[in-house]
Amino acid sequence: MSDTLLEIKDLKVHFPIRNDSLFGGVENYVKAVDGVSFHIEKGETLGLVGESGSGKTTIGRSILRAIEPTGGKVTFNVDDESIDLSQLSDKEMRKFRKHLQLIFQDPYSSLNPRMTVRDIIAEPLVAQKLAKGKEVDERVQEAAALCKLNVEFLRRFPHAFSGGQRQRIGIARALVSNPQFIVCDESVSALDVSIQAEILNLLMDLQEKLGFTYLFIAHDLSVVAHISKRVAVMYLGQFVELAPTKSLFHAPKHPYTEALMSAIPEVNPDIAMTPVELKGEIPSPINPPSGCRFHTRCTYTQDICKIKEPVWKEVEPGHFASCHFVDTLNLQGVEMSSPAKSPLTGKN
Amino acid sequence: MTSNNYPTLPPPEKDLNESEEAKRYYSASQFQLIWWRFKKRRIAKIGALVLIIMALSGLFAEFFGPYTGTTRVSESVLVAPQIPRFCNSEGCTLRPFVPSTISKRNPETLRMETKVDPSVRRDIYFFVEGEPYELLGFFPMNTHLFGVEEGTIHIFGTDSLGRDLYTRTLIATRTSLSIGIIGVIIAFILALIIGGAAGYFGGWIDYVIQRLTEIVRVIPVIPLYMGLAAAFPKEWSSSQVYFAMTLILALVGWPTLARRIRGKLLSLRGEDYVIAANLAGASPSRIIGRHLLPAFSSYIIVDLVISFPYMLLSETALSFVGLGLRPPTVSWGVLLQDAQTVRAIEQAPWLFIPALFVVVAVLSFTVLGDGLRDAADPYQV
Repeated sequence: MSDTLLEIKDLKVHFPIRNDSLFGGVENYVKAVDGVSFHIEKGETLGLVGESGSGKTTIGRSILRAIEPTGGKVTFNVDDESIDLSQLSDKEMRKFRKHLQLIFQDPYSSLNPRMTVRDIIAEPLVAQKLAKGKEVDERVQEAAALCKLNVEFLRRFPHAFSGGQRQRIGIARALVSNPQFIVCDESVSALDVSIQAEILNLLMDLQEKLGFTYLFIAHDLSVVAHISKRVAVMYLGQFVELAPTKSLFHAPKHPYTEALMSAIPEVNPDIAMTPVELKGEIPSPINPPSGCRFHTRCTYTQDICKIKEPVWKEVEPGHFASCHFVDTLNLQGVEMSSPAKSPLTGKN
Repeated sequence: MTSNNYPTLPPPEKDLNESEEAKRYYSASQFQLIWWRFKKRRIAKIGALVLIIMALSGLFAEFFGPYTGTTRVSESVLVAPQIPRFCNSEGCTLRPFVPSTISKRNPETLRMETKVDPSVRRDIYFFVEGEPYELLGFFPMNTHLFGVEEGTIHIFGTDSLGRDLYTRTLIATRTSLSIGIIGVIIAFILALIIGGAAGYFGGWIDYVIQRLTEIVRVIPVIPLYMGLAAAFPKEWSSSQVYFAMTLILALVGWPTLARRIRGKLLSLRGEDYVIAANLAGASPSRIIGRHLLPAFSSYIIVDLVISFPYMLLSETALSFVGLGLRPPTVSWGVLLQDAQTVRAIEQAPWLFIPALFVVVAVLSFTVLGDGLRDAADPYQV
């Protein structure tokens, strides 16, 4: 399973900031995503982590074209065809949406409170005319059963359900059109820890059964470690590191990743934590710092970091990072056992 | 998703041990939830009931009133309200009656004066035949709910031309309520188109529409009404004036509604479930029809109910100062024109009865709108 499903090249999403004049002249841009390239293999889970405001959600949504990307290419390989999503017209894109889905962060606002669960799950089928009549009900029931939803629930409205149940309704909606690729946008962060485990296991079961490919966006590192095969770390609209989960957690190559790792709480209270403290806030994406974007907060910063932008290079096979000192820095990772044996689940 | 993808269906989560009541609640639609919450509000229910009674009595005014509203009785000018009673000095009966009245000109002041003659009973009969009229403008009828066989009955008294005020108030209720309804509907259609365009498209369209709305809103209302009303040609028939009035009310009323619709649409456009519908591949028309409109239908209903009193009051005020409807059209405002003089306050305070109707109608609309607003958002916990 090393087929590439999705190839993203130099993806950019810039939001214009308009001034107050009558026709809203553009003053500047918020560079939410600024030149990101990566690929996702068929059937894998790529984790995407980063601080709030780093552009994780924007990446996920711009791949699905819920937000129109400003530049770059998103190539999707399906049925032996390569399709550049950014070139599709709105109408063509609507037809293509059955292959792509999104599971939202907030299970409360993402379900239309005025529709029954059956209608919510059926929406992709009905809107794209993928099924008709009885077939709609059959497929809705199958999807609901896969998400362990009782058939009785289908007649009810979302107000009758708890957060975890609602999230399973959202998952059923995402999988009913039999998509290839699902973006999970912080899909468990609004839930209780016990429910998080339930949803994560459900997502993994579904992946095993139906061969989904996930882009899993989260800010909780232990969750990402649990579900992902590879993990990308994002900072201020750009990737700073992308590596197989084990290698990233065990031997990070970028100072920012090291700082993130050191913030994972230690389960054993006897072990003293030595977090790498980052100074200040994430800088504004309107005027990102010159050179390396992380230099304003990096503990290892040197003069070159302020001037020259580091290159994105493969340090080890499959392990990418962008830092001037990838080869010289000796960074601290975490023992893989602690995030993998997370308190979330008994499962490994 | 094809069915051969799944080996077996997992068993349902667990047996549902739920009461019938809980099941009913879980599968209740939006309007059921609103209705259940509305039912708990007694004052709002009373408001609704009062309005229904008013609307019905206005609609069938000629049936509920003993006369047709234009009949003049020259002997009974400015008769005080005759209140039905069961007893007089000769004892009590089950049949209600009104005492007879005698009008006489006062030889000193030369005014007509009415005196009650309690010795003469005018028995009230129900479903009596009286002056012919056309029910709802179509069905010729001459049955009235109540009446007397000899003499006259004026339970609200009469005006200075000797017309029955009770019948005229009921007819005025019809005019005033209908002018409000038509005005609100026209204003609402304007607001839906204008506010909808601003909210859905955004950008410069929104900007232009917003500035236009502000310009309309800052024009002082009374001079605007006066200017527009002065523009009516004198030779217009009363029905032409009637429709012109509804139009004026609508033209002044739409900006507030348009703003609310725009604001609601703007906030709904960014809702996750609307994005989800977009990602599900729904077309814009499907998103508007299936997701956006149902989401704010309850707000629209509430807004309409709340904007009613403004229409009613505007119509009444305009007609009262003589800028709106004119006789022979009968509306609350037109009736109250008669109550403008000091003479009326001093000698015929019953001419103010239509004002009571205005107060009751506005209050009812307000409490009904309040109750609906509280009930309308069952998802806000």
